[in-house]
Amino acid sequence: MGVALAEQDRRMLSGREGEADRFAMSVIVRMADVLGAKELISIEQAHLDACALMSDSSLQFIRHIVEHGGTVRVPTTLNMVSLDLKAWREQGVPDAFGEQAMEIADAYQQLGAVPTWTCAPYQGYLTPRFGQQIAWGESNAVAYANSVLGARTNRYADYMDVCAAITGRVPYHGLHCENERGGSILVRLERIRSSVWEHPAAWAALGHLLGNRCGSAIPVVEGLPSRATSDQLKALFAAAASSGGIALCHLVGITPEAQTHDAAFLGRAPGSSVLVGPEQLQTSWEELSSASIGESLDAVILGCPHCSYHEFETIIREIDALGGARVSDRVRLLIISSAPMVALAERKGWINRLEAFGAVLVHDTCPFHSPIVPKDAKTIATDSGKCAYYAPGELDVRVSFTTTRECIRSAVRGKVVCEEFPWSA
Amino acid sequence: MERMIQAKAVVGGQAEGVLIRSEFPISLWGGLDPSSGRVIDRRHDRCGDMVAGHIFAFPEEKGSSTASAVLVELIRNGHAPSAIITCKTAPIVALGAIIADELYGRTITILVVDSDGFDALVDGTALRVSEDGTIEQIDGTVSDTH
Repeated sequence: MGVALAEQDRRMLSGREGEADRFAMSVIVRMADVLGAKELISIEQAHLDACALMSDSSLQFIRHIVEHGGTVRVPTTLNMVSLDLKAWREQGVPDAFGEQAMEIADAYQQLGAVPTWTCAPYQGYLTPRFGQQIAWGESNAVAYANSVLGARTNRYADYMDVCAAITGRVPYHGLHCENERGGSILVRLERIRSSVWEHPAAWAALGHLLGNRCGSAIPVVEGLPSRATSDQLKALFAAAASSGGIALCHLVGITPEAQTHDAAFLGRAPGSSVLVGPEQLQTSWEELSSASIGESLDAVILGCPHCSYHEFETIIREIDALGGARVSDRVRLLIISSAPMVALAERKGWINRLEAFGAVLVHDTCPFHSPIVPKDAKTIATDSGKCAYYAPGELDVRVSFTTTRECIRSAVRGKVVCEEFPWSA
Repeated sequence: MERMIQAKAVVGGQAEGVLIRSEFPISLWGGLDPSSGRVIDRRHDRCGDMVAGHIFAFPEEKGSSTASAVLVELIRNGHAPSAIITCKTAPIVALGAIIADELYGRTITILVVDSDGFDALVDGTALRVSEDGTIEQIDGTVSDTH
């Protein structure tokens, strides 16, 4: 083994701290060897994605850790789980599936992790700070943490996230190293009207384009407005981490360590550059959509990643604008969020109004992990680039990718409505 | 395959199996059925092929962070390939093999070869991998599809 270990690392590896610590440290050290890392570093937080896995081995893994006394050494949050912890039975989730998912959820809480159950941990509790070394799973959260918060994490694969939380240590490698965080591709935006960026869906279209063009490189984007909301950035990074493997993308003027072009590239020259105008943005938008206008609609999915307070506010505003109309009987309108965000929305009286409108509120989970979208659904609408990217393969549906407003209008009419494009005058 | 290929053994060592060689990167999540070991990615050149018990070679992994869990499940249920060979180190695949080794005390062989080594791999040949990462053809069992 080529990696240098501290005294406490060796204690864990030897088994003197128990089997759970030995298991986790052994994985960390063996992966350091695979990656060619010379040392380990301490992390200050973790976010676990492995809790959403449903298989015999995923349950056996976490049982092994918990039964041997495994607990997290750093503050740790949890990504979504495979069902709505409260309402799964009434949502029609089969018993065998539900019981296994509940057992997995319990085991992850026994680790000492905070039961946040959200894929948008950057909009909740324990938000990482600039420069902090962290170990996060969930690709959209990783991209947001690196690019918006300026924290430092690689894309932690399933089970590595758990081993990092238990040991508090990771190989010093990749995006943990300042020198590895420089941009490689310049993406210059031109001729795009500033009003376009008022729509989070336009940010998702840009994210989809970045993922497609840049793969797992580190793009540097110039030409965005210098003010962006958390929801706009969430839409961009969720899409970019779906169509590509983007873990860090510098938005010049927004990303903390990329206030200038030179800082984003660490003073080096860009390897290549890409020009993006309204035409490319529109093409990217259209790639995410496979349904035709007027086509009958089965489901609408909002809240991928989980709906924030302000996204609830937008949905309520669009519902109010329709003057008492309700969701069509043929459509299942799913709004997915985390318990803390729902609690805020509840204080505003929004949850009752959403339910009166005919929306189904889902907590803790995701349409790709929990069977909440009707099996016979043929066409869905969504305002999420991530959802639009995965739904055709994962749910076998056609997708209308559009703004939140058009998603709500489509739900009411029972068919795909798409009259509003951000770039139409 | 005229000569032996020297690979870097990332995980494990000895293995045997008939080679399934792909020209394209794959993510084991969305790429393999975790219950059977069949290639299910409709955009992949080996879609429909069963990799269970075979040596599966592809140039590099696509970075799905759930791929590690798919490989652990395949090793648990006995439908994993006997070895995986890539041209670029595949950390998520290696992670799956390491987790299975720690959890079940059994794993599969993970190898990395250089591009000349990858080019020398012939689809359909029976191969043996030794402890030190040497790959050689097993005599008399060639079913060359090229």
